[in-house]
Amino acid sequence: MPPLALHVPEPRFRPGDEADFSDIVVPPAGATRRPDTADRADSFHELAYGLVRVLDDEGNAVGPWDLRLDADAKRRMLRAMALTRAFDERMFRAQRQGKTSFYMKSTGEEAVSIGAASALASDDMCFPSYRQQGILITRGYPIVSMMNQIYSNKADPLEGRQLPIMYSSKEYGFFSISGNLATQYPQAVGWAMASAAKGDTRISATWCGEGSTAEGDFHSALTFATVYKAPVIFNVVNNQWAISSFSGFAGAEATTFAARAIGYGIAGLRVDGNDALAVYAATQWAAERARTNQGPTLIEHFTYRAEGHSTSDDPTAYRSAGEPNAWPLGDPIRRLKEHLIKLGEWDEERHAAQDLELAELVKASQKEAEKNGILGHGMHQPFESMFEGVFETIPWHLREQQQQMLDEQKAAGL
Amino acid sequence: MTEMVTEAGATTQMNMIQAINSAMDVMMARDPNVVVMGEDVGYFGGVFRATAGLQAKYGKTRAFDTPITEIGIMGVAIGMGAYGLRPVPEIQFADYIYPALDQLVSEAARLRYRSAADFTAPITIRSPYGGGIFGGQTHSQSPEGIFTHVSGMKTVIPSTPYDAKGLLIAAIEDNDPVLFLEPKRIYNGPFHGHYDRPAKTWADHPGAQVPEGHYRVELGKASVVRPGEAVTILCYGTMVHVVANTVEEMGIDAEIIDLRTLVPLDIETIEESVKKTGRCLIVHEATRTSGFGAELSAQVQERCFYHLEAPIERVTGFDTPYPHSLEWAYFPGPVRIGTALKKILKD
Repeated sequence: MPPLALHVPEPRFRPGDEADFSDIVVPPAGATRRPDTADRADSFHELAYGLVRVLDDEGNAVGPWDLRLDADAKRRMLRAMALTRAFDERMFRAQRQGKTSFYMKSTGEEAVSIGAASALASDDMCFPSYRQQGILITRGYPIVSMMNQIYSNKADPLEGRQLPIMYSSKEYGFFSISGNLATQYPQAVGWAMASAAKGDTRISATWCGEGSTAEGDFHSALTFATVYKAPVIFNVVNNQWAISSFSGFAGAEATTFAARAIGYGIAGLRVDGNDALAVYAATQWAAERARTNQGPTLIEHFTYRAEGHSTSDDPTAYRSAGEPNAWPLGDPIRRLKEHLIKLGEWDEERHAAQDLELAELVKASQKEAEKNGILGHGMHQPFESMFEGVFETIPWHLREQQQQMLDEQKAAGL
Repeated sequence: MTEMVTEAGATTQMNMIQAINSAMDVMMARDPNVVVMGEDVGYFGGVFRATAGLQAKYGKTRAFDTPITEIGIMGVAIGMGAYGLRPVPEIQFADYIYPALDQLVSEAARLRYRSAADFTAPITIRSPYGGGIFGGQTHSQSPEGIFTHVSGMKTVIPSTPYDAKGLLIAAIEDNDPVLFLEPKRIYNGPFHGHYDRPAKTWADHPGAQVPEGHYRVELGKASVVRPGEAVTILCYGTMVHVVANTVEEMGIDAEIIDLRTLVPLDIETIEESVKKTGRCLIVHEATRTSGFGAELSAQVQERCFYHLEAPIERVTGFDTPYPHSLEWAYFPGPVRIGTALKKILKD
């Protein structure tokens, strides 16, 4: 027998290679069936290996997953996606200008958060990762507040304690973002179990990247969810990259991420993540299953991280520069825009005018936020506030450390 | 005494398990948001019987069995807390809390801080801990020092049935995450430290007289279990009884302080005592290096330096994994405590 050989996955394209995704099988839009939400999860396993798509290459919405949303609903999604992208552009630049320490864009993945948030009820609780800023934008959270958080300024709702983009808003159903990957998965299950135990009608939804599915929390969450039939939607945003590691390091060479659901007895769907109408339809279907006590659904959003992982990352160091353009599922904003134009409900002029309006909105909001200060320019929260909120009330040892810090600052003339 | 008696009702004799069970029973009856969960805690009532009868009384959505995943138990409890419940998750042995560390340290302990109190984790994690039961490496550990190092968590360890119930009620009512470590060696009786003598029960111990109703023992308050003048001994859990018995056998006028809560620590009681006695012994089962005794020693040294007449001593578990057959050479029993006391008191 030949000696054993260790297989270490390798992405197909590295810097300098020409990216060619022509071998990715993209089923035609409309080809995937839509089971009844009351159907057993083990009766539609093939959906975990397929790709739910609504928008075809000509901008038509087709097939059983087309929910025939009215034009206003589609225009609202288009606007939220465009605003998210404009916001990302502006904040990325703010980091480059030294106004803050860090930023993460969601370019190319706007449909994932906005399609889903549009299909959920406004009081369903979202447990996001750090790349679903589109949820807050869809739900109308003030973008000035998002910027205040990014600047860690004196109006920062998180009082300067959190790294930029780790938002939190209970009021808007957006759970506090943690830097520790996948921890939100079992938490979302617990929230859903509590809702069910209380006889509530609200459900929870959670997001992680495909890289984070390798964490133990992912397994624990899916196990708990299936055991208690928790009304939760698991979203796996498969954007092909976990910083510099391609999806093969999370197991993608062997199977899909949606197929993870099968082993747990959970409904699994694989969706075109750059098709806002498909994401909306999949979320609506999963939400209906959850609300009718059919239990959890796992949705893999097949998409592509069009830009670097963060402002601290340079993707040209590990992947082909041609990948974003070669990506076969295109751009989510362009695809929804072309669909609306095809319907006669939108046109290039209105789109260009909206882009201009959104750029102005973001610019004006930024100006407003910067009145409250930018990082490192003195307009921060009071130093002593650092000791608040560790516990409900400040215990003696923190009070003592707080006083010591104030005394030291005073003695140093600060 | 610092307890707050509210609707305590009639008093009855309980062992520590019964007292812990009673605390959960009282809180589940008072607050529909209190839920208990963990491996084997539901129908079976827990491997130590701590949750016996709760599922039958309050139903499966209030007291339920979980899959064997500590990550899941802790993460789900945090999510339930975010919804508005007041979960009391159980980790079957403290030795098995490590898979849940990320959820505890990165999530529960920081949730209030990182969200500016937008979300909180009002959860109480119960877990049997400590040795003296031939539990070997993974049924004997005392991991409290790992958690006292985490900002945003409280750590509580009772030593009597009365305190166990009052502290557990206070922990469940507290809006911060509380780690409630139960010294399983003294579930059924106070341990005198002599493994080769007959075991005692709680029958004749005053701390086993437990009110049937609701009362709290305030978190953050130590208890002076024996006033004395010669030396201050800081201890908690099983060691409170081992220390008390050793002191009695040696005829030393020691002041024994049961810390009860490690974070936040009752520094006033400690400081006052050491300033009075001028000597300090710290006793815990946990391993020595970076154990909670190191923090206690540093605090005493910083606050009582000019009152100290001898170096602060620590009697702790050795810096080894907890051994099985060699348990009684490892355990900080009467011989080791006695040797340290003689050293502290020699001049």
